[in-house]
Amino acid sequence: MTIPQISVFLENKAGQLADITGILSQNQVNMRAINIAETTDYGVLRLIVDDAAKASSILLEKGFILTMTPVVGVAVPDTPGGLSKVLSVISGAEIDVEYMYSVFGQKDGQACMIFRVADSDGLTAVLEQNGIGTIAGEDLGLH
Amino acid sequence: MVISVINIEKTDFSSVEEEMEKMERYYQQDIETADREQVLAWQNERLVKQVRHVWDNVPYYRAKMEEKGVTPEDIQSVADLHKLPFLTKDDLREAYPYGLLAKPLKDCVRIQSTSGTTGRRVVAFYTQHDIDLWEDCCARAIMAAGGTEEDVCHVSYGYGLFTGGPGLNGGSHKVGCLTLPMSSGNTDRQLQFMVDLGSTILCCTPSYAAFLAESIHERGLQDQIKLKAGIFGAEAWSEEMRQDIQNKLRIRAYDIYGLTETSGPGVAFECSEQTGMHINEDHFIAEIIDPDTGEVLPEGSKGELVFTSITKEAFPLLRYRTRDICVLTRKKCSCGRTHVKMSKPMGRSDDMLIVKGVNVFPSQIETVLLEQGYPANYQIIVDRVNNSDTIEVMVEMTPENFSDNLGKITAMEKSLVSALKAMLGIYAKVRLVAPKSITRSEGKAVRVIDKRKI
Repeated sequence: MTIPQISVFLENKAGQLADITGILSQNQVNMRAINIAETTDYGVLRLIVDDAAKASSILLEKGFILTMTPVVGVAVPDTPGGLSKVLSVISGAEIDVEYMYSVFGQKDGQACMIFRVADSDGLTAVLEQNGIGTIAGEDLGLH
Repeated sequence: MVISVINIEKTDFSSVEEEMEKMERYYQQDIETADREQVLAWQNERLVKQVRHVWDNVPYYRAKMEEKGVTPEDIQSVADLHKLPFLTKDDLREAYPYGLLAKPLKDCVRIQSTSGTTGRRVVAFYTQHDIDLWEDCCARAIMAAGGTEEDVCHVSYGYGLFTGGPGLNGGSHKVGCLTLPMSSGNTDRQLQFMVDLGSTILCCTPSYAAFLAESIHERGLQDQIKLKAGIFGAEAWSEEMRQDIQNKLRIRAYDIYGLTETSGPGVAFECSEQTGMHINEDHFIAEIIDPDTGEVLPEGSKGELVFTSITKEAFPLLRYRTRDICVLTRKKCSCGRTHVKMSKPMGRSDDMLIVKGVNVFPSQIETVLLEQGYPANYQIIVDRVNNSDTIEVMVEMTPENFSDNLGKITAMEKSLVSALKAMLGIYAKVRLVAPKSITRSEGKAVRVIDKRKI
């Protein structure tokens, strides 16, 4: 089970991020998670929003370059060592994590981390075998 | 009384300096100071001979002459030069590698080549006699800068295919200087030799000279440096930059001009007057033409510089269009030399850029971008930061090249940087920008923004 992530190319110049969040806000798109990876000149903005289809078509229309990437939402117990356990399971299975970041807020004592791996289904299976749950888009309020 | 003593001291000091100034040194005084009639006589005789040599040995140029209906008999003197067809960089590319060679390969002993790469490479051939004359020209430049056999000549031009190192190296030998074949790069070693061996003359690009000057100051080596003169060329530099280098290194900085097509550095060089470069007219005939019509312009006009090599054996180019825009003047020079002076090049009549002494064509950058899957919409920004040239290529991101993985983008960027380096021979920074952020112009695209103040 995967969650759609929108990745947008960002040039490192003033107002780029504000432009995007402004466009999303004008179109009533709600952001659930945000992450930026950057170099000195450019970056990649990764977004989980409530309506990925709508958000991506609006951003494309505005001339942004973006790509849709399937990512896995992992339920991480919001206790000391919670993330550590998840990561040791993943590394034990020799799954390479390209990047990860967290979703705003928590639910039922569980935080949600977004994981990007090459094989999302493989990751989901390994986590399930180890009693770690994945989070569906609906649980994050995604349409 | 006291006043007069001061006066005497002052006069003495300035007269010594004046004496130094007046002690203009020449490598071949009789040639360099020959009167105009004599120079013209040499030119007439050599031109006629050279045209015959080319006609007999270079079918490529002969065909051009035939096309224009010109035969060697039509060229009786310099006054007939305008009848000959031009040669351009395109001809050199078309004739690559042997098409303009006028001597059997067994008579050639060397090649040199331009920094230009694929499609633009120029390979020039030399007989031993050609090298000899080329080195004479460089020796004239070194002596005009005050060089003698007492000097330690530190050559930090690149050695190898580039003409800078080999040319000045040979000239330095001819003058009898102790020659340090440093080549470029490795600042620490440059400075160590400069200090330990007491270099007195520095030969390199002006931007490298400025960089070395900064490094000397950073390391506090000013008092251990014995430089007195510098011969700087292979790239455009301003009068302000000259002042800056002169002040920082406490030397006299002289300009030198040349191009691989005509041998290399030493085609023209500055004398003590520092107001332009004397063209070695016993070896080259210079013309100024209108770059659009090809028409020869009267003396003193600004236009494109055209050279005819009248003494080269292996690679004798007739009426080669340099694309450099400048002015020629025959105003009497205080140094005593009689050969015509050219101004610093004021620009180009094509789109070639000279960055860090290296010829860069926007088309080369375009080729790399297309090969690497980038759009042909790009912009080149050239600047000079701390007296050193920088080149940046702005490229638009495309959906195909984009990835959610930053590592993949930076890896792609790196491979583009290395492909550009392989093509241009110098480092060019790549800046990935948002799509459609490079201005689309209505007519001719603005590919190059040159921010250098030259």
